Amino acid sequence: MKELFPAKHVMGFVFSLILTGVALVVYFMDMSFTAGMTVLLITAFAQATLQVVLFMHAGESTDKGSIYVSVIYGIVIAIFTVLGTLLAMIWGYV
Amino acid sequence: MEFFERFAVPHPSPAIYASMVAIALTSIAIVIGLTYFKKWGYLWREWLTTVDHKKIGIMYMISALLMLFRGGADVLMMRAQTAVPENTLLDAQHYNEIFTTHGVVMIIFMAMAFIIALMNFVIPLQIGARDVAFPRLNALSFWLYFMGAMLLNISFVIGGSPSSGWTSYFPLAGNELSQSVGTNYYMLSLQISGLGTLITGINFIVTILKMRAPGMTLMKMPMFSWAGLITNVIIVFAFPVLTVALAMGTMDRLFATNFFTTTNGGMDMLWANLFWVWGHPEVYILILPAFGIYSEIIPTFSRRNLYGYNTMVISMVVISLLSFLVWVHHFFTMGQGALVNSIFSITTMAIAVPTGIKIFNWLFTMWKGKIQFTVPMLYALGFIPIFTIGGVTGVMLGMASADYQYHNTMFLVAHFHLVIIPGVVFAMLAGLTYWWPKMFGFMLNERIGKWAFWFIAGGTCLAFFPMFISGLDGQARRMYTYSEATGFGIWNMLSFIGAIGLAIGFVLIVYNIYYSTRYASRNIGDDPWDARSLEWATHNPVPEYNFAITPQVNSRQAFWDAKKKGHKLFKGGYKEIHMPNNSGVPFIMAVFFFIFGFGFVFSMWITVIASLIGIIACLIHRSFEKDHGYHISAEELKKSEVELRGAK
Repeated sequence: MKELFPAKHVMGFVFSLILTGVALVVYFMDMSFTAGMTVLLITAFAQATLQVVLFMHAGESTDKGSIYVSVIYGIVIAIFTVLGTLLAMIWGYV
Repeated sequence: MEFFERFAVPHPSPAIYASMVAIALTSIAIVIGLTYFKKWGYLWREWLTTVDHKKIGIMYMISALLMLFRGGADVLMMRAQTAVPENTLLDAQHYNEIFTTHGVVMIIFMAMAFIIALMNFVIPLQIGARDVAFPRLNALSFWLYFMGAMLLNISFVIGGSPSSGWTSYFPLAGNELSQSVGTNYYMLSLQISGLGTLITGINFIVTILKMRAPGMTLMKMPMFSWAGLITNVIIVFAFPVLTVALAMGTMDRLFATNFFTTTNGGMDMLWANLFWVWGHPEVYILILPAFGIYSEIIPTFSRRNLYGYNTMVISMVVISLLSFLVWVHHFFTMGQGALVNSIFSITTMAIAVPTGIKIFNWLFTMWKGKIQFTVPMLYALGFIPIFTIGGVTGVMLGMASADYQYHNTMFLVAHFHLVIIPGVVFAMLAGLTYWWPKMFGFMLNERIGKWAFWFIAGGTCLAFFPMFISGLDGQARRMYTYSEATGFGIWNMLSFIGAIGLAIGFVLIVYNIYYSTRYASRNIGDDPWDARSLEWATHNPVPEYNFAITPQVNSRQAFWDAKKKGHKLFKGGYKEIHMPNNSGVPFIMAVFFFIFGFGFVFSMWITVIASLIGIIACLIHRSFEKDHGYHISAEELKKSEVELRGAK
């Protein structure tokens, strides 16, 4: 029975619905900008990780090592670029 | 008539009219020549529709050489204009257009094309593959690049060239200050060719990761393939930034958006920021393949294996990461605080460490080696000192506080030319000479090649060393003239003489190609340099299927082991080979892209929409097409192998 019922994926599906719901709460509740953005950022990244790992099968093939390395490399470069741009264009004027 | 007025050049001069006539005559001559010699079918079947990585590589190389001469002609005009004070050879607008197109052509259409040419030709052979992973996409990449290059090149006879520098900083590049369509050309041609480059990046990453010969683990890969892998990773991460920035710039110019304007909440320096987020990794996209080429040439002609293979790989990976962390050093003087500048100063200097490791590895490879002074090796030997001078002046520029002195002066111009010329141009010429026998089945003449090398190396030093002095004296870059009292005259005259030396060197290379085509021996075997990597293990000229039997690799230099230690490269018998079919769709699609770009430049929306429909039709055609390629049977393979071996 265990093989027929994909418990992991059903749980993942439920969890992704919960994440979507939590994100939606920001719209309906009267939160400050900072609080709202924090909730959105956390749920967005959790959602993306969930999707990539569970439903895009990132960890299931033999080359999962290189998949994770390239995803992490991409995230690192993106973070550096965004933070560096903010630093140079907005934060860096003392 | 009113319709055609928009195509007029805003600042016509006799030189521009002369080039219009020259372009028209050349086009007519090409058409007549092709018709007279009945070569249209040959051109279409063998070149325009080819998906063979070797032929695509050769087409990239020819285009790159053409662009080299186009950019070189710009140089001679610029250096002639500034050779003496208060010269009136060119007016300010014409000078602006020339230095802009010089930069764009040399970086995007010459250097990029040249590295992709060599990667295309060499990497699949070096890793023992039949072709790249997606041969038809590869053809599309080339044609997109080619059409982008042509789009920029017609700008100076139709509508006017871009004139706000190859960096095209806003607000100068905005509609108010650049009123002609020149900057539209810049945006669209870079966009189209950049798309091609991005596709190449993905194609080569997949090729290198998935198609290596059995036994060739990543750490047994030849160094040029390693450099290719890292380069393409940088391409995939850096080029999307350029794509987005160009799209935003195009919208600012054509649809009145306010991304980079100075009013309505726009941020003009954001263009500079995004440009260099792409632009600095771009520098490493150019230099890493060059490092790879030197890492092939130096061991071959020192008769030693490469010193410090692991550290070479690690340094390249570190460079690829650091290359994304330094871009603000291009605008230290923008006005941001000391903290920001310090951070980017430190990352900039950090990049000198892995680069230095590589330099020492090459020196140690040569140490106690039996060095043969062939033309490729001469370029490698010339590269090390000149590049080091260019590199350490870069570290000087990297000190933010000192940069206020150097910024935007000829000192900077001297620095980046002394890095890019030995780093990229020398490497490309070395690679060209080194792999020429594999491409065309004969070797370039060594004697003429050495003359060319000395003219180019000497010309480089003479052209750019004086700029250090005039730059420190305060000569700003991109000034079309200066007064006699500044005292810059003598240094600029020396630069002009150096530029002529470079020009003679390049003419000698063309003469060398002509001379060697006529007189060089075709009987040179498969491995004329006694080299070490797999591309020399197949026949000369390379058959379309590259290797009749997939080679088995057991070490970092399997071919050398096969020659010296009795390693058996080719095991087993001939098996049927599956090959991709040629296709005209990539070419047709790129023509649509050209029309699309041209229509966009002049805001001719009907043309844009029509060509867009054409592009989408090509995509749909590809989705529904059933193209299974063709097979070369074992018997045919045996026959062709016997023929190729018999020819020796």
